[in-house]
This record gives sequence, C-alpha cells and structure tokens, in this order.
Amino acid sequence: MKFLIALINGLSAGGTYAIIALGYTMVYGIAKMLNFAHGDVIMAGGYMMFVTLTLLGHPLWAVAAAVVFCVVLGIVIERFAYRPLRGASPLAVLITAIGVSSLLQSLAQILFGSATKMPVKLQISGAFKIGSFDIAYSTLITLAVTVVVMAVLTLFVNYSKTGRAMIAVSEDRDAALLMGINTNAIITITFAIGSALAAIAGYLMLCKAPSLSTTLGAMPGIKAFTAAVIGGIGSIPGAMVGGILLGVIESLSYSVPALAPYTDAVEFAILIIVLLVKPSGILGKMRREKV
Amino acid sequence: MSETLLKVENLEVYYGVIRALKGISFEVKKGEIVSLIGANGAGKTTTLHTITGLIRPKNGSVFYKGKDITKTPAHKIVSEGLVHVPEGRRIFQSLSVYDNLLMGAYTRKDKSGIEETMQEVFRDFPRLEERKKQLAGTLSGGEQQMLAMGRALLADPELIVLDEPSMGLSPLLVSEIFEIVKSFKEAGKTVLLVEQNAKKAMSISDRVYVLETGSITMSGDASELINDPSIKKAYLGEA
Repeated sequence: MKFLIALINGLSAGGTYAIIALGYTMVYGIAKMLNFAHGDVIMAGGYMMFVTLTLLGHPLWAVAAAVVFCVVLGIVIERFAYRPLRGASPLAVLITAIGVSSLLQSLAQILFGSATKMPVKLQISGAFKIGSFDIAYSTLITLAVTVVVMAVLTLFVNYSKTGRAMIAVSEDRDAALLMGINTNAIITITFAIGSALAAIAGYLMLCKAPSLSTTLGAMPGIKAFTAAVIGGIGSIPGAMVGGILLGVIESLSYSVPALAPYTDAVEFAILIIVLLVKPSGILGKMRREKV
Repeated sequence: MSETLLKVENLEVYYGVIRALKGISFEVKKGEIVSLIGANGAGKTTTLHTITGLIRPKNGSVFYKGKDITKTPAHKIVSEGLVHVPEGRRIFQSLSVYDNLLMGAYTRKDKSGIEETMQEVFRDFPRLEERKKQLAGTLSGGEQQMLAMGRALLADPELIVLDEPSMGLSPLLVSEIFEIVKSFKEAGKTVLLVEQNAKKAMSISDRVYVLETGSITMSGDASELINDPSIKKAYLGEA
C-alpha cells in the first residue's frame, strides 16, 4: 500500500515534470534550441498568479492571467532574444537563453524582493483517504490535468493542420518553407504553447506548496529538462514518458529511507545510465545526417 | 511566342566571399521543359534555391509572371504557383504518405480542389495510394521521389522546379521519373529541371542552359545542343 501511494505521488510529480518537459522538447524539436529560460517562465507565471490573487482574489482568474501572461512573455522572448539569432551558432543561442533566464530572475527580484511569497489561496488542501493512507487532492488534480494536457496536445499535434506543420518544421525547416509553411509563425506558436504549459505547471506546483520565490522554476526546470533528455529530446511522447518516469523514480526513492537523502543523485544517475545505453533517449530518434 | 513565366536577370549569389553565381540570366516560357545542366558545384542548386527564396542574391532579380519575387519570403512563393521539389526529395519521414501530400497543399484553402488533385495524384501514382497510411520514411527511394513530386502537384503549381529527381535511383526508375516529368508538360505544367543526367534531361527538354562555375556558357534548343560536339564531350560521355 505504501508503495502504491508512493507510485501515485510519483505519477503526479512526474505529470508536472512532463508538462514542463513538453515545453523544452517542443521548442528543441521545432526551433532547434534549448530554451534555458523555460523554468523562469514558470516563475514569472507564479508571480503573475500572486499579483492577480491580490487584485482579484480568485485562483481561477490567477491561473487564467498567468497563462495569458506567460504566452505573451514566451512570444516576446522568442521574438526579441532568439529570433535575431536564427542561424547563429548554437553556443550563442544557449548563452542568450541563460542570459534571459538570469534577466527574468533579476527582474522578479527587483519587482517583488527576495522574500518568499505565500499565495496560500492557491493551495488546495485536504486529502482523499484510503484506509489509513492519504492522497492529497492536489495530487489527484495534477494527475487529471496531466492526462488532459497530454491528450489535447497529442491530438493537436497529430491531427490539426498547424500540428502537422509543427512536425514538418521540426523534421526539415527548409522543406517546410517550400511547402508554404511560415516557419517563423510555427516557432512563435510553439513558444506560446510551451509557455502556456509552463504557467499550468507553475499552478500545479503552487497548489501543492504555495511558496513562491524567484528560483521557483530553477530546479523543476532542470529536472524537467533531464526528463526531456531521458525520454528523447525533441520527442513529445518522449517528454511525457521521461517526465512520468522521473517523477516515479523520485517518489519511490523518497519512500526508501536509505535512498531518500540521495534522491536527486538517483535521478541524475538514471539520466547518465539512459544516455550511456541509448544516447538519443528512450523514444528519441537518431538523426540521420543530411548531406 | 508563348508568355515568359520565369525570368532570371543577372543573378549574383555569394557564399561568404565565394561568388557562386556570377550574374546569370535565363528564362522559362509557359509550357516548356527547360533544363539546367552542369557539373557538380556549377551552381545549379544555388540557382533553384535563389529562385524559391531559400537564398537571397546579392544582385539581380527573379521575375515570376512579370512580378518581382526576388525578395518574397520562401513560404509565400508556393501560393504564387511556383513549387520547388528539392534535391534529395526531403519528404517528411515521420508523417504518413497521405499527410505528406496534404503538406503540399498547405497554402490551399479549397477543400474540394485539394481532394480533386489528391485523386489525380493517386491516379498518376497508384503506389502512393496503396501506401497512403504508411510512414513516408518507410518508402523506397523511387517511391519517395514520386511522393516528393506528388506533394508538389498538390500545390496545384504552374511551374515545377525539380532538383536532381533521378539522383540515387536505379536506371529503370530513372526512366520512369523522366516519363513523369514529361507527363507534367502534357498536363500543362511548366518545368525547370536541374539534372546531372544530362543526356536524359536533354532528351525530354525543349531548351537547355549549360552552367559552368557560376556562369551560363551555352544555351539553345535541346535538339540542337544534344548534337553539339563540346556538349557531347563534356556532358554526354561521347567522344
């Protein structure tokens, strides 16, 4: 039973990782860059929720405002920080992404100070009882949101015209251009979707533990990036599998007293093992070099 | 004389300091098959990429139906009726054959028109219909070339630009591909063809331009150039 509870908690934590990892992996697949500011978009969404709560009071408004704000933020970052570097060396893009990350954190600190905020109204307390065990409602909500996000995204990517255009751009940007696909617009849409997911992930984190600081997105961002790489960066199902897997490993490791203090080490060890066995990740495809 | 569909004027393209095209001019008239032949590195693919906007020229202009399209973004060229089938086919491997064809019609809005063209393509390429649910990456080289050509047809183009359609295919398939190119003309399309297989290309072309290290060194009717001694020596493997 204890194992089952740990598993459910793991699936829930993994769901949040998966939602963040989807943002990393879609941007990587389509824009061919690692958006290291992705975790800080989560943080920015968190502060937006905090501000909206103070002004309007209701969590639903807060979430909606955060989604809209993060979408705009994602589009602005892409337009002004990354688009001018299209065709530049990957290293220049990577350093810019790290710069954007640090800019967002510094801006948040200037605006809100470094003290941790407690937007308690976002918290969902209470638990579902099975015998003597508790499953927090926030865990169940996270699971439900994860399932919905994954289903909607999978349907969108595979069955909508824009979704198929995203696959085309991720596979071959020039060929996509020749089909008449406005690749810049597709990249913008990708950033918008990734950032909306970041806002949702931010809410899922804060509804469990309403503690908001400028580094809110830092560790989950790194974990989710790890998850995306484990699953195969660039692959949408890969991000889902990698996120869930990482969450379950994390939770199971926590539930074993001997391993609990080393949970982060266990997770990154899994990353190393996966990369040794299958460098392209679990569902990643080896890219054929085109000549 | 029929109208000029494509007109390239004094096109000059640089890769860094290397002058890949040294001011070339040529034209394609409606209903023609025009071939651009030349050795590796002569600038054939560069010419096509510049026409469809993947590369920007330093100087010179490209006119399509009298309209200057030199600075038109690549993704807006297709809806003008000019479609480019790139070298190496460049089909979308992880999409199904059917979805690849649909990508060809990306800019079209008329659902019934798209369906009509789809049926025409399936009539011309029955193998694509048999495999329409298969992932495109699982097709053979010849089938992939047919898919790339079928995908281009779905844009309902007037001018089809083909880059090395016979590359890497067996002799039997090469003949089949050239038959298809000929059928484009019979269907009223205009073709600009780049080929290393100069002999085959000339045999189906109306006119030919010879490209050598970024300059056009010879041009004329295919039926005349095919008997030209210097062409025979350099491109047709005959002494």
